[in-house]
Amino acid sequence: MHLPAILPWGAADGFSKQMLLVILSVVIIATFFLLAARKQQLVPGKLQFAGEMAYGFVRNGIAKDIIGGKDFMKYVPLLFSLFFFILVNNIYGAIPVLQLPSFSHVGGAYVLAGIVYITWIAIGIRKNGLRYFKLATVPSGVPIYILPLIIPIEIISNFLVRPVTHSLRLFATMLAGHLIVMIAGSGIEFLIMQESVLLKGASVLVLAGSIAMYMLEALIMALQAYVFTLLTAIYIEGALHADSH
Amino acid sequence: MNQVIISAATEGETNPLVPNVWEMGVVLVGFAVLMFIVVKFIVPMFEKTFAERAEAIEGGIAKAEKAQAEASAALEEYKQQLTDARAEANRIREEARGEGAQILADLKEKAAAESARITAQAHVQIESERQAAVVSLRSEVGTLATTLAGRIVGEALNDDERSARVVDRFLADLETQNAGAAK
Repeated sequence: MHLPAILPWGAADGFSKQMLLVILSVVIIATFFLLAARKQQLVPGKLQFAGEMAYGFVRNGIAKDIIGGKDFMKYVPLLFSLFFFILVNNIYGAIPVLQLPSFSHVGGAYVLAGIVYITWIAIGIRKNGLRYFKLATVPSGVPIYILPLIIPIEIISNFLVRPVTHSLRLFATMLAGHLIVMIAGSGIEFLIMQESVLLKGASVLVLAGSIAMYMLEALIMALQAYVFTLLTAIYIEGALHADSH
Repeated sequence: MNQVIISAATEGETNPLVPNVWEMGVVLVGFAVLMFIVVKFIVPMFEKTFAERAEAIEGGIAKAEKAQAEASAALEEYKQQLTDARAEANRIREEARGEGAQILADLKEKAAAESARITAQAHVQIESERQAAVVSLRSEVGTLATTLAGRIVGEALNDDERSARVVDRFLADLETQNAGAAK
């Protein structure tokens, strides 16, 4: 599945386009927000306003609304970094020439989901001690005779399936979108090469369909960044308030 | 492009769920760098601006409230002064009215006293003049009577015609004397 590397050119392993794009995303995000926040003004200019809108969206729309309380500020940097890191890397898929969502390669999704997995378990243990694992797997108010059934399900869903779905959701949507655009492109190319005029004409239909799919993909790219960050916030909130669930 | 898809499909060995370790490393390091920049610079900068803005807005509200309080205090003071001034004006008017009445009464009294004095003085003067007239009249009448009697006696008392003339002459003298005295 992987494209040949850039450095050394054409090698199976090495510095790939995906890696370049990941590094580029860090530069883009850091540059934009540092520029936006550089001039501290009470009445913001256009760039500062855009930066504040974006920052406020994660800070208030995700961190404050989901985690809430007094200590949501501690988790704003993580949620902020996750959202814009994933957003920029996804949007690559909608930009001609770049045209590669970084998380259509599963490694990055594993890394981010792993970071989140470790984070919320650490938060749970620090907040509730080792009792956290009991709180997270034994729901209160359930009859004792159902517990043998419930506890394994809770363990599997919370500690085993959760990081897998968290990473694969992002990876799979990006890969699928990437594939659809690629297949549509190849399909158009293939149909135009045919002798028959009807088949040549059919390529126009594929083109129209691929544009619609492209729009949908662009929406999904932004949506998946939001979903990934939102789920992170929900996991952290669950770990913080394990005793009240 | 076709070649890539076909090779990927026919290879069959590459599983998309198996990650490339180098890509994982790049994402991990890249994300760590981004987190560092965000924690160190971006979040503090935005939070500082937010806090400053909130403070500016709250400070502005506090300032406006203070100004409003000052304005209402000034209004209260002004109203108080107005009330005081009205009371003062009323008091002064009452005083002036009282004083005016007092002055008028005094003047009337003084005028009455003056007129009484003048009247009394006139009476006294008239009385004294009358006395003087009586005195002078009395003495003059005596003299006149004596003179008249002498004249009458000096002339031939039997001549009625003469005595009548003497009396007439005397009276004429008297008149001219009176007229001379009146002049």
